[in-house]
Formats: sequence, structure tokens, C-alpha cells
Amino acid sequence: MTDKSVSRRDFLKIAWGAAGVLAAAEAGGVVLSFFSPRIVEGEFGGIIEAGAVESFPPGSVTPFTQGRFYLVRMPDGGFVALYRKCTHLGCAVPWNPAEGRFICPCHASAFEMDGEVINAPAPRPLDRFAITIENGIVKVDTGTPIQRDHTSAVDFVYAEVRS
Amino acid sequence: MTDNHDPRPDDLKQRVWESIQRDELPPKDDRGRMRVVMNNLILHLHPSKVAKPTLKFTYTWGLGGLALLLVAILSFTGIMLMFVYTPSPEFAYQDMLNLQTEVWFGQLIRNLHHWSGNLLVIVAFLHLLRVFFTGGFKTPREFNWILGIGLLLLIVGANFTGYLLPWDQLAYWAVTVGSSLLSYVPLIGEPLRNFLLGGPEVGAVTLTNFYGLHVAIIPLTLMGIVSFHIWRVRKDTLSIPHKLDGTVDGAEGNQVEKVTTLPHLVSREFVFALVMTGAILLWSVWVNAPLEAAANPDHSPNPAKAAWYFMGLQELLLHFHPVFGAIIIPALGIGALALLPYQRFDLSAEGVWFRSAKGRRMAMIGAFTALIAVPLLVVFDEYALDLPGMLPTLPTIISNGWIPLAALLLLVIGYYDGMKRLFKATACETRQSLFVLLVVSFIVLTVIGVAFRGEGMALMLPWEVL
Repeated sequence: MTDKSVSRRDFLKIAWGAAGVLAAAEAGGVVLSFFSPRIVEGEFGGIIEAGAVESFPPGSVTPFTQGRFYLVRMPDGGFVALYRKCTHLGCAVPWNPAEGRFICPCHASAFEMDGEVINAPAPRPLDRFAITIENGIVKVDTGTPIQRDHTSAVDFVYAEVRS
Repeated sequence: MTDNHDPRPDDLKQRVWESIQRDELPPKDDRGRMRVVMNNLILHLHPSKVAKPTLKFTYTWGLGGLALLLVAILSFTGIMLMFVYTPSPEFAYQDMLNLQTEVWFGQLIRNLHHWSGNLLVIVAFLHLLRVFFTGGFKTPREFNWILGIGLLLLIVGANFTGYLLPWDQLAYWAVTVGSSLLSYVPLIGEPLRNFLLGGPEVGAVTLTNFYGLHVAIIPLTLMGIVSFHIWRVRKDTLSIPHKLDGTVDGAEGNQVEKVTTLPHLVSREFVFALVMTGAILLWSVWVNAPLEAAANPDHSPNPAKAAWYFMGLQELLLHFHPVFGAIIIPALGIGALALLPYQRFDLSAEGVWFRSAKGRRMAMIGAFTALIAVPLLVVFDEYALDLPGMLPTLPTIISNGWIPLAALLLLVIGYYDGMKRLFKATACETRQSLFVLLVVSFIVLTVIGVAFRGEGMALMLPWEVL
């Protein structure tokens, strides 16, 4: 036995303390998971079939109200699905066809057709959703918005050229 | 065996009454009055005797008591409203319409709840200012100041969660904007926002969550801390109001006259509560709480504003990178507020309004500086200054965050140092002047956000905003 050994009193104190912390953590875990967000199965949050590739002409912006996104087809034929929620403070951003850009009514943030910021205060481009094209049908996964600091080539999905 | 060991009176009615009210009413002498205060559930929140100078209305302005009155009105009307409201997107807005047209006195009860809730935010804030300006937070009352800040935050939280319940456009977008402020907290912000809203956007789950917070969790926590707050006031006693030369009205030497709480304090409280209840009732009869069109998640109104007490923050957001506007600057503000009573005091000015004559002058200068400088800075940043444009190679978190914050902090430090030298003032007086500068700045920002920001959040004159 050395002087550094833990006395019985100290051991019990630490044991009690550890048990208390453990119990509190368990109770906290139960409460937190009880209140954790419930995923409601429905239109938004799942995979949405937007339609056939041909129904979206290049240079078009099609709003999907239930899915809360815009399906954008760039003039070069690339698809990108933009979450309509402004990256500044969460307002619903409408497409302004006359000016060819998204303009947020809340704080005047403006975005290009591909989601890139033209006008602050928005700190980053509009979030996008993953797109897959199967058998000529565009499908958008609205489960997780993908954040990006700038738009880049990986954002766009192209339909396979069918001969 | 009939010897009578029961000391109670023979009359049954009298026996019942004395089992409830133990002391003679009305009390005959001061001793009796003190006993009544001590033995009564509600009155025992008071000491049995109070220092006479603290009764002066212009010392406390009755703000703590008024806050308590508002909490009582809010509890009463809030519980009534619970019986006619369903926290679900399908029914909430229709319930509001029914409340205003079908329920007897529904509009009045809603107005009372709405206006009392908003008034409570203002009154709690004024209470904080009063305690600061009369030095009421000095030893041993430091911790009660912290509890008070906690209460102020809870009150704002109660107001914010209540804001959503009408489920109209105003509610929906104010809460969307307000909760988006939270998502800028690094790392934990977004999970926290999603936890609170029950998803990435305001929806049915959010309404349920906010309802639970608004009617149960926040009120219960508030009641608990309020009891603690009042108990500490009793334990620490009220600070005695002094004149500038250190003398106390009606005191001889060190002896401050004490009077019995009943009737001196209780009667004043009663009259003030009665007058304020009347005023709030009158206001609620005449002015209706706003209700806009039903919430529409597809269409944001222009402009979309947060609740009015967040407009100062929203205004900051227009000038700073969001992390700074929504998180760092408010956190610095609340942190500094909490640390105030733990600073070293070099002036014993407890109970003196504005510390001293010099302190009062310096406070005025602080207020005027803010009144002039803040609008100028806002206009300058709006029309002339474009830091991210001038420094395009830097990320905006530096060009529109660290750089302007550093500049502002330098200005603040320069102001503190300059004022201290210029007036040969104590730290207490200079700190107060700086406090006034910052508080008035916040108020000016709030006013600009509420009254001078119109469509697209562009600067315009108030009559163009409406």
C-alpha cells in the first residue's frame, strides 16, 4: 500500500458520483431520444419522382411545392434540384422568371439559376438534393439537403444520351 | 371524566375560522400586523418590516411587482385559452378565428394575454435597467442579478414559443426567421434547431413542441426561478436609496426608520396592481392583438420579420456575418451582463441613481453617442461600406465578421478609455456610461429594425414601412 492509494471513503465518494453521473446521463438520453425529431413519412423527406427527362426543357425552372424544391435544368442540359429554403434565415425563395434569378422576399438575398449567391446576406448557395436519373425518369431524394460553399460541376446530373 | 382540555372556542363557526386564519383581524397593534404578514401564505413573501425609504415609488418604480402581476394575468388568461385551442396545424388557426368570433369574451382574453406577454418583456428589461442604475446588484446581491437575467431569457422564450401558436403568417415566418438564427451556432446549431422544430422546417411537430414548452416547461421553470428570485430579495433585503451626498431621507445618523409591511407596503402594492390591471384591461378592450392570414409555408411575406424583441439581432444580421450577428455579439452581450456584478467596485454608490452627478452626465453622453452614432453607422454600412466587396479574397466570416467586430471593439475600448480620462471618472461611472451606450445602441437597432425596414429589408421611413 502506498500513500497514493484511494481510501475507502474516497472510493465510495467516487463510486457514488460516477453512479450519479451515469444515472443522469441515462435519464438525459431517454428524454433526448424521446423528443428527437420524428420523421413523418410523406411527400417531403422521401424520394420524389419528378418526371421524364424530356418534360424539362433546357433552361427551365420547375417548382415542386410538395417536395419543397425547384428542379432546374441548365441550358447545357444538366439537372440540379434546389431546396427552396433560403440559406440566410429560412424563408421560401420564389423563382423570378423576369429577372432569371431566385430572389428572397425576406432579406433580398438573390441566387443564380444554379443556386449560386448573387446578392448577400445569404452566406452560401441554395442547398441541393441528390438526383438520380433512371430509365429517363428524374428522381429527387429530399431526405437530406446537401450544403455547399460554391456551386461546382459535381452538382449537376446529366441524362445519358440514348441513341 | 368531563374535564375540558380543548382550548378552542365553543362556537363551531369560530373554530373553523380560526383554523384558517390564526391571527386576529384586523390586527390591533404593530406586533399583530407583523404576525399577519408572517403567517399569511401570500404576504409572507414580504419581510414583516421594511425600511421606510425603500417605499418611495420612484426608487423601484414597482417594476418587479408589475412583472409578477403580469405573470399572474398571463397564467390566468393562458389557462383559459388552453381550453379553446388545439395545437395542430389543421385546427389552430380556425380555433383562433372561433376564439375571436364565437367564444364569449374570447377576443378580450386573447388581447389581455397578448399585450401582457409583450409588456412583460419590456417590464422585465426595465426592471434590469432599474436595478443596474441604482446599484442594486452589488454584494450580496450578485447571484440574484444572474437569476434575473435567467428570468429575462425565459420570458423571451415564453413569448417566442407563444408567438407561433396563432399559426398565422406573422407567427409562421417570425418563428422560421427566429429559429434560423439558432442554426448559425457552430456545430450544435443545426441539430439544436432541428430538435426544437422537430425537423428542418416549421411544421406540425414544431407546433406541438412549442405548445408543450409554452404551457408547461417554461411556465414551471419560470415559477421556480421567480420564487428563488423573490426569496433571495427577502434574504438580501432591499438596498436603501441614498441621496448624492450619501444621506438617506428621514434617517438620523445610521438609523434608517422601519415601518410595518402591513399596511405601508401592502397598500401601495395593492393600489399599483389595481391601477395597472385597469390600464391593461382598458388597453385590451380597445386594441386587438394582430391576426393575419393563415400560415402558408409556400409563401414568405415581404418583409419577413422576427418578433419585435429579436429585431435588434435581425438588424445586426444585415451588417455582420450571421455567426457574428446572431451568435457572437449577443453572447458577448449576455456574458458581459452576467459578469457586471462581479466586477470590482471603486465607488460605493449603492442606492444612488446613476452613481453620482458625474455618473449621470456620463450616462447622458453615452445615450446621446448611441443615438447619433448607431443610425450613422447603419446608414454608412447600408449605402457606402461593402467590406466583402473591398476584400474579395477573404472569406466573408473575416471580411464581414472579425474585421468589423474588431473595429467596433476598438471603438468601445477607446470610448471607455477616453471617457475615463476626460472626466477623471471612477471605473463604476465609466462602466455605467458604456453600459448606457450599448443598451441604447441595442434599442436603436431594434427601433430601426421594427420601424425603418420595409420591403426587402431596405431602409425607409416609418410611414413607408406601414
